[in-house]
Amino acid sequence: MQGIAGQRPLLIWVVHLSVAALVLLWTIPTFGLLVSSFRDGDQLSVSGWWTALTATERNIIFRAPAPAAQVKDGDQWVISGNVFEGQAEGEVTAFGFSSKAPAAFAPGQTAEMRRGKALEVAPNGDFRIASPEEMKGKRGTRIFYTSIDPPRFTLENYRNVLFSEGIGRSFINTLTVTIPATIIPILIAAFAAYALAWMQFPGRALLLAVVVGLLVVPLQMSLIPLLRLYTDVGIGKSYIGIWLAHTGFGLPLAIYLLRNYIKGLPKEIIESAKVDGASDFEIFIKIVLPLSFPALASFAIFQFLWTWNDLLVATVFLGNNEDQLVMTGRLRELLGSRGGNWEILTASAFVSIAVPLLVFFSLQRYLVRGLLAGSVK
Amino acid sequence: MEQLLLALVSMAAGVGACVLYFWGTNKILDGVFPARGPNAGRNILRANSIRPWLFLGPAIALLTLYLIYPVINSVILSFYGPSGQSYVGTANYSWLVSDAGFRESLRNNLLWLFVVPAASTFFGLIAAALTDRISWGNIAKSLIFMPMAISFVGASVIWKFVYDIRGENIEQIGLLNAIVVALGGEPQAWITLPFWNNVFLMVILIWIQTGFAMVILSAALRGIPEETVEAAVLDGANPLQIFMKIKVPQIWGTIAVVWTTITILVLKVFDIVLAMTNGQWGSQVLANYMFDWMFRGLDFGRSATIAIVIMVMVIPIMIWNIREARKEG
Amino acid sequence: MTSVSLRGVSKSYGSVEVLRNIDLDIEKGELVVFVGPSGCGKSTLLRMIAGLETITGGDLQIDGERMNETPPAQRGIAMVFQTYALYPHMSVRDNMAFGMQIAKKPKSEIEAAVDNAARILQLEPYLDRLPKALSGGQRQRVAIGRAIVRDPKVFLFDEPLSNLDAALRVATRIEIAQLKESMPDSTMIYVTHDQVEAMTLASRIVVLHGGNIEQVGAPLELYERPANVFVAQFIGSPAMNLVAAQVTETGASTTVQIRKGATATVQVPSKPADQSLLVQLGVRPEDLVLTEGDDFLLEGTVAIVEALGETTVLYFEGKDGEVGLMAKLPGIQSIGKGTKVRLTAAPDKLHLFDAEGVSFHYR
Repeated sequence: MQGIAGQRPLLIWVVHLSVAALVLLWTIPTFGLLVSSFRDGDQLSVSGWWTALTATERNIIFRAPAPAAQVKDGDQWVISGNVFEGQAEGEVTAFGFSSKAPAAFAPGQTAEMRRGKALEVAPNGDFRIASPEEMKGKRGTRIFYTSIDPPRFTLENYRNVLFSEGIGRSFINTLTVTIPATIIPILIAAFAAYALAWMQFPGRALLLAVVVGLLVVPLQMSLIPLLRLYTDVGIGKSYIGIWLAHTGFGLPLAIYLLRNYIKGLPKEIIESAKVDGASDFEIFIKIVLPLSFPALASFAIFQFLWTWNDLLVATVFLGNNEDQLVMTGRLRELLGSRGGNWEILTASAFVSIAVPLLVFFSLQRYLVRGLLAGSVK
Repeated sequence: MEQLLLALVSMAAGVGACVLYFWGTNKILDGVFPARGPNAGRNILRANSIRPWLFLGPAIALLTLYLIYPVINSVILSFYGPSGQSYVGTANYSWLVSDAGFRESLRNNLLWLFVVPAASTFFGLIAAALTDRISWGNIAKSLIFMPMAISFVGASVIWKFVYDIRGENIEQIGLLNAIVVALGGEPQAWITLPFWNNVFLMVILIWIQTGFAMVILSAALRGIPEETVEAAVLDGANPLQIFMKIKVPQIWGTIAVVWTTITILVLKVFDIVLAMTNGQWGSQVLANYMFDWMFRGLDFGRSATIAIVIMVMVIPIMIWNIREARKEG
Repeated sequence: MTSVSLRGVSKSYGSVEVLRNIDLDIEKGELVVFVGPSGCGKSTLLRMIAGLETITGGDLQIDGERMNETPPAQRGIAMVFQTYALYPHMSVRDNMAFGMQIAKKPKSEIEAAVDNAARILQLEPYLDRLPKALSGGQRQRVAIGRAIVRDPKVFLFDEPLSNLDAALRVATRIEIAQLKESMPDSTMIYVTHDQVEAMTLASRIVVLHGGNIEQVGAPLELYERPANVFVAQFIGSPAMNLVAAQVTETGASTTVQIRKGATATVQVPSKPADQSLLVQLGVRPEDLVLTEGDDFLLEGTVAIVEALGETTVLYFEGKDGEVGLMAKLPGIQSIGKGTKVRLTAAPDKLHLFDAEGVSFHYR
């Protein structure tokens, strides 16, 4: 199409803009998560992540300690402290003592209050309330101030989730589930795929039809019967149980993908190896396996992503304890218990999606090839 | 550390057992029927009739245990009571018909079944058609495809953050509400809005699946013979006409495959609903409803019955798939 | 000594019979070519000898041993495939050594065999390359080398030159001919649909058609004395002309009437019973010569002239606007389209076939 004469440049611009819009729409949610996970927790909860690079202006009401905390300083009674106490630090740009004029004074100025009291707030938040007579009452004075927070980024969130929220442990649990649950089905499926593609035996067509049929069986069907079976047999909730479960559930796709690929290898190569005297086992190991690497890789990526991202199978076949809780399960738990703590949630989510994203971007080529082998006829 | 070591050992054991099986059984077979000596020919033939079953053995065993047996067992369980001990006839089914929760799930599931495959395929087709025409198309594709790698739970966190709501006069940190407020609207608690919350949950799955549709449809579009497009250009068709009348009709088959693949996925959707609403506020779906009855209701009979309903819904696709596979031989 | 012997061999897929009752003996040291149009069963026959297809009827013997159920590797054969079938992930050396490695031959023996084959085929500089780094001709040589390494009783070639371009095909054809010269004791069976390959390489040609053997013979025998109309028209290019005729005189040579008032004498014997028989008279286009006289054999209006320089091919108008007869004349001829010309041929260049298409020689 590039070479055709007389194409309108306007149209090309429309295409460029539409694609840009689509890409933005598709990446912004993830990008927001990534940015937020590095932001200071306090800033995160008061301003949108898209303002992360600009200083935040906050209007805050601070209640000074109650008069009980006053100390005698010369002939004056004084309460002092810092308005940022228990808050993220910033710079005070204005303050006041009534809700009607919350920004009446500039920092450094002295605000005259009733009964001779005076309020001073410094730019760094230090305040001083001075009164010629002893202050009374149970509640402290309210100080209104406006502060500018510089943008603050931190790795604290990640340190938190990795070491105290248990995500680190879940990371290892997930790996323990994922690696065998990726390799075992590949091995089993590759042998079966070769048999279905190149070996002669009665019932081959039927077996292939069964595999294709099982491709769409919903996982949910299997959960109850298998859970009962596991309990009866005594496997219970264990890693071996979930490896086998993932293997069983992944097999139809694995066999189907690999068979399509292996069937596509040139017939003459297999025949040539037969004339050379190789048995089927030798043909499989020495000829078919090395030549099927692209298909094996693409299925491996699928299965890896699927087992890494799985929540359902893990919830059913693994326990909730430290030793077995996987990342998706942990994340869901946090979503329930720490629903408002976005600094925890965003960092946890990012830890859990980092590995799949890494795999995805580095091995995308194989993933696409595998998808196409499975879908385009 | 200890855990890591244990993990490594058990990984090696699992994978090793597998390798040992295939290597060992084939060695034994070659030992029993050696390919040398006076009976070499007959031995090889005999070994060749046994070997396929050695290759297929583990696969057949696992498929039977993990998929075929459960389907049969679920059908049986659906006629039994909560713990699977007492036969209750069709009581579970009649309960299902009159159950409001089930009707709500079924309605929502049908909505998902219609909206998600349609929207994903539509956006995927557009993305495929547009990205194929520009120089940075591959980068764009890669970014649109990226959500594919993110778990449903991870995606739920991402989108819950987008849908987040703060009090009316406080700055909104959820992107959607921030936009609504900036446009002069009122912030909404999106995931609790009856009916519409379904749409907001579906957006997540559409966001994940569009990339899949795009990659496959893009390959199909590129597979269209260039000559047909060039012929249409010479016939004076404009780009939109070329796309609608020349290209799309040639990839109907692939569109159907993409559509059905996403449909199957939708039927199994569970994680998103569980993580976002857990079926509250009228957003229940079958898969999560089943999970509910299994772990909270502790009623295996009823939850098996719901599983059967899901199974029945995929059977047409299953038959279609087998037919297509048969055609290729 | 008979190397390969087929007795009543047949092949059917369900009810479809693709080869019928094939009888053939191939002597040690022969190069036999199976030739025929596509779908004639020639490749199937070769693959049955290789053991890649089951034999559904009859017997196959190699070196006097019945081989019907023997697996390919035990038959003492080697095969060269049309698509080369090289193992793409192995070097040239490993490709050639694979068979012997499988047979667990000692390393030194394998090395010697590979080096020998590489020397014969001049593949020494390429031994460590992968197949994808070789040209088409080199790949085919590796495939042949792989066969040589196996030191088989019978070499099987399945259209080995079909994937090469025209120039390379000629070169490789000559190489195969030389290879055969250097290995006078090895038996080769070669399948092709190209009659030039068949004519140039074969010591004997087997013409297959519709699952049957039409004729077996030396190349020139097939050309000069085709057993039937099919072989007559299949061997030689352009194909032999056939015209309807009727026998008028029988004896050591036969006279036939070719049109009202005109006869032709053919140097083919006939029996008295053949009198008045309706026959087909065959004459090769290259055997026709221009004539001015009235004793011409054929007459026609030129429809198309193909001037090739070394020869000129004339196509004559036939019935219903179809192209009828053809003539191949030497050199450049100044005959234009629409010209009416007369042609004749020597009596010993004429062929006679009965109504069933069987040659008078072979009845």
